Amino acid sequence: MKKAIFTLTGAFVLAGMLSSSFAYADGPDWVPPIRDKLVKAECGACHLTYQPAFLPAKSWKKIMAGLDDHFGEDATLDKDAAQKIEAYLVTNSGRRKWNDSWGKPPIRITKLRWFVKEHRGEISRRAMKKAGTMTNCKACHLAAERGNYDDD
Amino acid sequence: MKKQNIIFAALFASLVMPLSMAMAASSPILDEIKKQAGGVEFSAERGKTLFSQKFTGGKPDTPSCTSCHGKSPQNTGKTRAGKAIAPMAVSKSPERYTDAKKVAKWFRRNCRTVLGRECTPTEKGDFLTYMMSQ
Repeated sequence: MKKAIFTLTGAFVLAGMLSSSFAYADGPDWVPPIRDKLVKAECGACHLTYQPAFLPAKSWKKIMAGLDDHFGEDATLDKDAAQKIEAYLVTNSGRRKWNDSWGKPPIRITKLRWFVKEHRGEISRRAMKKAGTMTNCKACHLAAERGNYDDD
Repeated sequence: MKKQNIIFAALFASLVMPLSMAMAASSPILDEIKKQAGGVEFSAERGKTLFSQKFTGGKPDTPSCTSCHGKSPQNTGKTRAGKAIAPMAVSKSPERYTDAKKVAKWFRRNCRTVLGRECTPTEKGDFLTYMMSQ
């Protein structure tokens, strides 16, 4: 009997782990949109305002510390703006606390495992040509700026 | 009465039009850069070369201004992340080059990105003179 209970609990725990990892593997369909005017204006000058929930706090700190080579461009800001923007991104970052034992914090949303999985085989050659790059979310997710990615 | 109106209109046009044309080629921002450049005459022609030229000192993805802004300042450009950039020509984007802080920020960033260094005041002046003539 005891054995049976143990096996059952084990099965539940395993199922729970699997389903939570699946949920994570799916990626979010909706994330809170950016409401801060400064963040919208500065980050949005060059690209879609990727919502802070997509990356953990550590990632945003790393990104903000490397603005002199921001994915191949100088995106430096004055100190005051940089501090305000970093504070906003960190406060609204993804809920998963980054554990250093996991390795380097990611800085490319497009390289996250769930992102790659979600988009694999989903994009026609024509759609890719229109978007130009995987970082151009809005080419397919029309309401991406509002945090809605549920239209796939 | 009618004749008078015509004369006034002609007078107005002859006085104001050259004035506004002269203003189009000048701006407080350009004046400030001119001071920094020691009063050299800026050249739209050199600005055009700067805009279209390929550099090797900057970041590899963006060897030229035209990498993102497109070949003609009259046309809309595109950032590497896929966002549209309003034309650089003043005739197409009259709100450009009116905010000194903004102008300084983008010269700093984009000169470092494309040339691998800050632009000289002469280069900035040439660039603006070219864009204001477009």
